[in-house]
Amino acid sequence: MQEADRLMTVCNSCRYCEGLCAVFPAMEMRRSFSDGDLNYLANLCHACGACYVDCQFSPPHEFNVNVPKTLAVARAESYAAYAWPRALSGMFARNGLVISLIAAFSMAAFILGFAAFNDPTLLFGVHTGPGAFYRLMPHNAMAALFGAAFLYAILALIMSVRAFWRDIGEPISGRADGGSIFQAIRDAGELRYLHGGGVGCYNEDDRPTDRRKLYHHLTFYGFLLCFAATSVATLYHYLLGREAPYAWWDLPVVLGSLGGIGLIVGPIGLLLAKAQRDPALLDDTSYGMDVGFIAMLFLTGVTGMALLVLRATPAMGPLLALHLGAVFALFITMPYGKFVHGIYRFAALVRYAQERRDGLNG
Amino acid sequence: MNSKYDVLVIGGGNAALCAAISARRAGASVLVLEGAPKFYRGGNTRHTRNMRCAHDAATEILTGPYTEEEFWKDLLLVTGGQTDEELARFMIHESKDILNWIVEQGVRWQPSLGGTLSLGRTNSFFLGGGRAMLNALYLTAERLGVEIRYDAEVVDLRIEDGMFLSAELKQPIDGATEMRAAALVAAAGGFEANIEWLKEYWGEAADNFLIRGTPYNRGSILKMLLAKGVQEVGDPTQCHAVAIDARAPKFDGGIITRHDSVVFGIVVNKHAERFYDEGEDIWPKRYAIWGRLVAAQPDQIAHIIFDSTVVTSFMPTLFPPIAGATIAELAGKLELDPTALEKTITEFNAAVRPGTFDHTILDDCRTEGITPPKTHWARRIETPPYLAYPVRPGITFTYLGTRVNRQARMLMKDGKPSANMFAAGEIMAGNVLGRGYAAGIGMTIGSVFGRIAGREAAKNARN
Repeated sequence: MQEADRLMTVCNSCRYCEGLCAVFPAMEMRRSFSDGDLNYLANLCHACGACYVDCQFSPPHEFNVNVPKTLAVARAESYAAYAWPRALSGMFARNGLVISLIAAFSMAAFILGFAAFNDPTLLFGVHTGPGAFYRLMPHNAMAALFGAAFLYAILALIMSVRAFWRDIGEPISGRADGGSIFQAIRDAGELRYLHGGGVGCYNEDDRPTDRRKLYHHLTFYGFLLCFAATSVATLYHYLLGREAPYAWWDLPVVLGSLGGIGLIVGPIGLLLAKAQRDPALLDDTSYGMDVGFIAMLFLTGVTGMALLVLRATPAMGPLLALHLGAVFALFITMPYGKFVHGIYRFAALVRYAQERRDGLNG
Repeated sequence: MNSKYDVLVIGGGNAALCAAISARRAGASVLVLEGAPKFYRGGNTRHTRNMRCAHDAATEILTGPYTEEEFWKDLLLVTGGQTDEELARFMIHESKDILNWIVEQGVRWQPSLGGTLSLGRTNSFFLGGGRAMLNALYLTAERLGVEIRYDAEVVDLRIEDGMFLSAELKQPIDGATEMRAAALVAAAGGFEANIEWLKEYWGEAADNFLIRGTPYNRGSILKMLLAKGVQEVGDPTQCHAVAIDARAPKFDGGIITRHDSVVFGIVVNKHAERFYDEGEDIWPKRYAIWGRLVAAQPDQIAHIIFDSTVVTSFMPTLFPPIAGATIAELAGKLELDPTALEKTITEFNAAVRPGTFDHTILDDCRTEGITPPKTHWARRIETPPYLAYPVRPGITFTYLGTRVNRQARMLMKDGKPSANMFAAGEIMAGNVLGRGYAAGIGMTIGSVFGRIAGREAAKNARN
């Protein structure tokens, strides 16, 4: 935090990077920086790296200006600081280990549960037609378990982002307006600030590239498509009385397949890009958290696609258990892992849109 | 022995890269020798942020037209006539096309930065600043096949009868320390980082100068060229200097060590005495005089003193102001005589006449009955805490250079054009900028003459 404060003072007396992203114009609206301000700026930063490559004072210069790394550290700390309930903020320490343990435990629990409640012939049997999945786990049990996990995740995320919003809210505390939210949706949806001010973001060297942006889009929209697939399937189930599994051409499967491909290709690309990234830009302490979350998404995508392809074989039972285990782990770890980056960054973008509007009007 | 390269460019900043790209685009094989390591490549271009170019209409990033005639008048004003009118007008004309040409080389523009609205009409700002601009030029040069070597210090030049033969390198390249080329572009900057050289004109005072930019502009190439028959231009005793924070590093503190706060307070020397009218003119027009004024004071140190009412009137600063609850306490921290500082401020406060303060115009807040007067923006310093910035002369660049013609071709002492030697950038800026400075003009000189030097050198080499 102290280092972030020092850097913002350096940057605020230079301002050359003003055109690169939202962080620097937001910085210029302030002369001193509270912890809330720094958390706001840290989450506004998309880590495109342009300000590092463009800075005349980055290391080895004695002013040692490294904004992407410093804000990455502050960002990771802010996730723990706003976690709800407070008692669980410790999950952000050694987050990679925590996430992998929970994922392993969750998948093991589903396998064991399936084995305990089902006859082996049923577990390794071939099931087809409507309701095939629910022969292994009753739909109501599935809906109750996942509904509860999902609602808990939503609750924890809302409480966390409320704390964040309050902390960064001064001096325009209060509600977000529709225009700013719409602007933030656009900025987040196109990853406007993961763009180095227009040329692309920086990863392994001083050549701009749009690879990370592409992989992030695949991952994010893949995730949304999978979410949409589940939502449509839920509506099918309750409104139309149509039970999964559905034919390959049916909407939930089409959405899920496209999303699943995104969730496989995107995370692989992001992991490769991370492995190649200039270490100077990375917060190495959050490596486990980043990789843990990307791996969770990948696991969800892979098990889901495997389930789709092999659903008419005896492997369906174990794969369903694995997939459900992965998704369950993803849900319950959402408020305590890298997933929150999207939530806080979105809130920061809303705040920025408001500040811009107020700045222009005032 | 055949030359390995058509064009050898010595230097690595804006002018050098524009020359290298333009020569390469004209079909020449090009080698760039940058004396600095890769991180510090580009001399003072790293610290720049904009370029002054003429244009007849507003653009996406420029708020209005800036005609060639207006540019010329501004240049005439800042140089006090110490310019080569024909060359200057030629450069101004060429600057129009540079606005587009430089974009074709990958550089991106943005509107003027916060705090620089006064330049919004005349100057185009580099998106991401000078290092971003350099990075773009380097990427373009590499893509075109220009060869670039870092840490490539040139220790001697072989020149015969105004004809460049070869450069001698400190470290061998491909096993050879002698690099021949058909033509030379010298774009290696001035000598502002060479304290020994500055001492020839400024004496021991130069030891107290801070160098705002690269430590690599030691003027060695300039010195070699002048020693080997190239005609000099510009006043060797002069350099551009502004007042910068005395706590700044000796070299490379860059833009963020500057102070824009002179007009909001008073400036005293080590004897706690005022020595110049702080309200003479509007920033940035008078920004540049304070470096020399401080250089002329004992021990080359001064202090800008103001009170807590004006803190938010200027850009936030890298180094925080030094504060004292009383004048005496502040004096103690600045190692000034408390009685003397109290006396100076009391006399100043008593001399302030009522007026309506407006720092954007030459307002009517002034003093009466003290010497020197403060002719504008004079307000009492009376609201603690009392604050101060210690300042020293910060040297930006030097004026001494090599004389060139419209082809950026160096002229020899006898007035004859060199057979194959060209110059661009700070090393020849004295041709058009004999003294003074206008924001962004150094980059104009670099890009315009760099582009021309590269093109002409390529033509020369291929004949």
